[in-house]
Amino acid sequence: MPESARKIRVSCVVNGSAASFEAYPMARLLDVLREELKLTGTKEGCGEGECGACSIEMDGALVNSCLVPALQAEGATIRTIEGLAIGDTLHAVQRAFITHGGAQCGICTPGMILAALNLLARHPQPDDAQIREGLSGNLCRCTGYMKIFESVVAAVRQAETPA
Amino acid sequence: METRVIGKSVPRKEGREKVTGRARYVDDLSFPGMLHGVTVRSPAARGRIRAIHFEGEIPWHEFTVVTAKDIPGKNCIALLIDDQPCLAAEFVNHPEEAIVLLAHDDKYLLEEARRAVRIAIEPLPAIFSIEDSLARKEIIWGQDNIFKSFYVEKGDVDRAWSGAEFVVEGTYETGAQEQLYIEPQGMIAQVNEAEGVTVWGSLQCPHYVHKALMMLFGLPRERIRVVQTETGGGFGGKEEYPSMIAAHAALLARKSGRPVKIIYDRAEDMVATTKRHPSRTRHATALTRDGKLLAMDIDFTVDGGAYETLSPVVLSRGTIHAAGPYACPNVRIRSRAVATNAPPHGAFRGFGAPQSVFALERHLDRVAEVVGIAPEELRRRNFIREGQTLAVGQVVKEKVDMNDLMERAFELSGYHAKRKRFTETNSDSDAHGGIKRGIGFASFLHGAGFTGSGEEYLASEVAMEGMADGTVHILAGSTEMGQGTNTIFAQIAAEALRLDCEQIRIVQPDTAYVPNSGPTVASRTAMIVGKLVETAAAGLLKTLQDSGLLRNGYGAADFSRACCLYVAKNGALKSFVKYEHPHDLHWDDQKYSGDAYGAYAWAVYVAEVSVDTRTAEVRVNDFVAVQEVGKVINPVLAAGQIEGGVAQGIGFALYENVVWQEGRMLNAQMTNYVMPTSVDLPTIRVYFEEIPYGRGPAGAKGIGELPLDGTAPAIANAIVHATGVDVRRIPITAETLLEMLEAVHA
Repeated sequence: MPESARKIRVSCVVNGSAASFEAYPMARLLDVLREELKLTGTKEGCGEGECGACSIEMDGALVNSCLVPALQAEGATIRTIEGLAIGDTLHAVQRAFITHGGAQCGICTPGMILAALNLLARHPQPDDAQIREGLSGNLCRCTGYMKIFESVVAAVRQAETPA
Repeated sequence: METRVIGKSVPRKEGREKVTGRARYVDDLSFPGMLHGVTVRSPAARGRIRAIHFEGEIPWHEFTVVTAKDIPGKNCIALLIDDQPCLAAEFVNHPEEAIVLLAHDDKYLLEEARRAVRIAIEPLPAIFSIEDSLARKEIIWGQDNIFKSFYVEKGDVDRAWSGAEFVVEGTYETGAQEQLYIEPQGMIAQVNEAEGVTVWGSLQCPHYVHKALMMLFGLPRERIRVVQTETGGGFGGKEEYPSMIAAHAALLARKSGRPVKIIYDRAEDMVATTKRHPSRTRHATALTRDGKLLAMDIDFTVDGGAYETLSPVVLSRGTIHAAGPYACPNVRIRSRAVATNAPPHGAFRGFGAPQSVFALERHLDRVAEVVGIAPEELRRRNFIREGQTLAVGQVVKEKVDMNDLMERAFELSGYHAKRKRFTETNSDSDAHGGIKRGIGFASFLHGAGFTGSGEEYLASEVAMEGMADGTVHILAGSTEMGQGTNTIFAQIAAEALRLDCEQIRIVQPDTAYVPNSGPTVASRTAMIVGKLVETAAAGLLKTLQDSGLLRNGYGAADFSRACCLYVAKNGALKSFVKYEHPHDLHWDDQKYSGDAYGAYAWAVYVAEVSVDTRTAEVRVNDFVAVQEVGKVINPVLAAGQIEGGVAQGIGFALYENVVWQEGRMLNAQMTNYVMPTSVDLPTIRVYFEEIPYGRGPAGAKGIGELPLDGTAPAIANAIVHATGVDVRRIPITAETLLEMLEAVHA
């Protein structure tokens, strides 16, 4: 990082609340979320945009927060894994990941769940190919993905079933 | 047997924390005053350290700098022997060997500082291949570059050749494989007068780290404390290496007087930590006219890297599994682990067996072709049965029916019809736009638990405590790393105590509080430690019943009340058990024969592939995994283990290629070391046969490593069926397959 770089103030909306922090303009959004905002649910797996463990939603798009400079967060609406559950009530996708074995070691899980939500926002009734494609930027070493696909399908089914 | 909780897919114990992002992994922890630590590593593969220069515009006085001179105890990472230093002092023996440690509170400055340390090394000749090591091109370890060798003999192989109708020979190789847990390795250490050394980190075996720190610091056991944080995958990669990182963090913490966190980035994790041992296996097999095995002569070598670490144990498992689930009257297995100047290779799920099983199952398909029978017919004529003897002299006492498993796998995969159809359509060379299809299989076994007398030496312990509020705490050093330890332990205890899983709590592995239940490796946690949990629960229950506080037919509320009363009266309600080796399991370490494992899982996997002969791209279109694993404790978790293992096996077979240059991994990034993504895998179809094993908890055997053994050879055999190439080495990357295809058409 160049020594001349000075920290800037960035304001954005994170998980529905206004957030403001100081950071070097080119600091990774991943580090800002984890260290400044203490949102450690977003994980680092590779630091080069390959594994998707740091996936978050930014203005509705799924991004690898390890590749996003802090300055780009100015004015953005950000959603991380911490913003899904309402109180103790889990999101349907979170529930499905527990019930259907979508999480094993859990390190890819926050990013994977955000990828699943982003997929369902684009394809509320995804077919197998759409699920695979939608999650292809998120690596999981534990599950072989089968139980993750099942979790997504179950979450869709759950959403269809009237409460 | 009717069960309430066992056999049910109860949700993962720590699932809620994991799906909400609240689970705390090591990098999520931060302590007041904490510094960050980094490692400066060897630029050379082998040489003498001449000087360490601290250069550049770095405020070095702000840094904590540690070298070998700062080690208070013995400069080694204690494991089997003490050959691996914690920090290289005079010589380096592999690239990326740790030499200097730095700590500072500014991560960015720390990274600049790491690059400003220049280590002058006078190079010494190095070796990088099994061949050069065996040829003793240079002696780089001990007298002969050999870490360990084994000799297994059954019958008389040398006399068997003369009676053979067929003799088939072949050499097979497997490459290194990176574990690639998605959470990189990391540790935090704190050292002070009051508490001694404490480390928190991502690890599989807290008591391994504990032992290493005792020797490094020269401190008694009660002055060292190791705590496992939530662990984002291990697969063997966090079996031995965490001791190194814990040692480094603790040395920096001791010198700086501050807590120190070391987190590897992905590149450092890949380039510096352990991988699956590369291997070479030579087979010579004698058969009768009707395809019965007469003799198997097997020569198995693994590349251990620069220090011994766990190589003898990996070699042992690979050796024992090298002859597979077959009955053969004469077997000889000669094996050895050799030294090269690469970072030490280490534990990776399967632990030597995936290497030797690949060789055998690929070889047997070639044998069948020479004999002139179908590959399944060759297996059928030679499968081991109850009462017959394995290569190491173990009489199979389990009810095993490999033929039945194979038939079921064939039925589920449509093997026979597809084999026939693909053979016909593939011969029409230009049809289907150059796409050829194939189906192949592998049949194999995997022993659960430590080998031979290993469990006897480990003498694992588990404790259980009934609390005044009626919850039951399980105390063990066994770790959860995604595979489901927490959940299945809770199920086993809940079943034995007739409670719900919610009433059972798993205490965080912390050497200050939990007994040593042995390392979380070797497919031993469910079967061996799970049995101790079951026994401890029975002990707890008996105590309550003997005290008259609990009657038959009790409910959860009765149990809680009884715990409360017992604790009020006696102070605490505890149960403690220690492993007792079954009297009828015998193992001779000298002859390397006897009952190698208490039980085996048995399996047949079928892979269906298509190969684009123009691009050499391979797609796995279908995968059927049939296995007998004893009682399945949790169907969702068990299927998840197999699916994940098959995915890693597909990577091992096709994608995961470690590119070496003079002992250093060149492609230490996720962009160029490729593991399977969600679009690369077929639907992995998993089926269990359940024959309860008398000594497992509720009849369970081990399953964790099994799927790594048979996946790669099943895929290789399918590719051979599709294309006619003769696969002798994995990974089968597009580049290597293209060369093989050209050879077929030449």
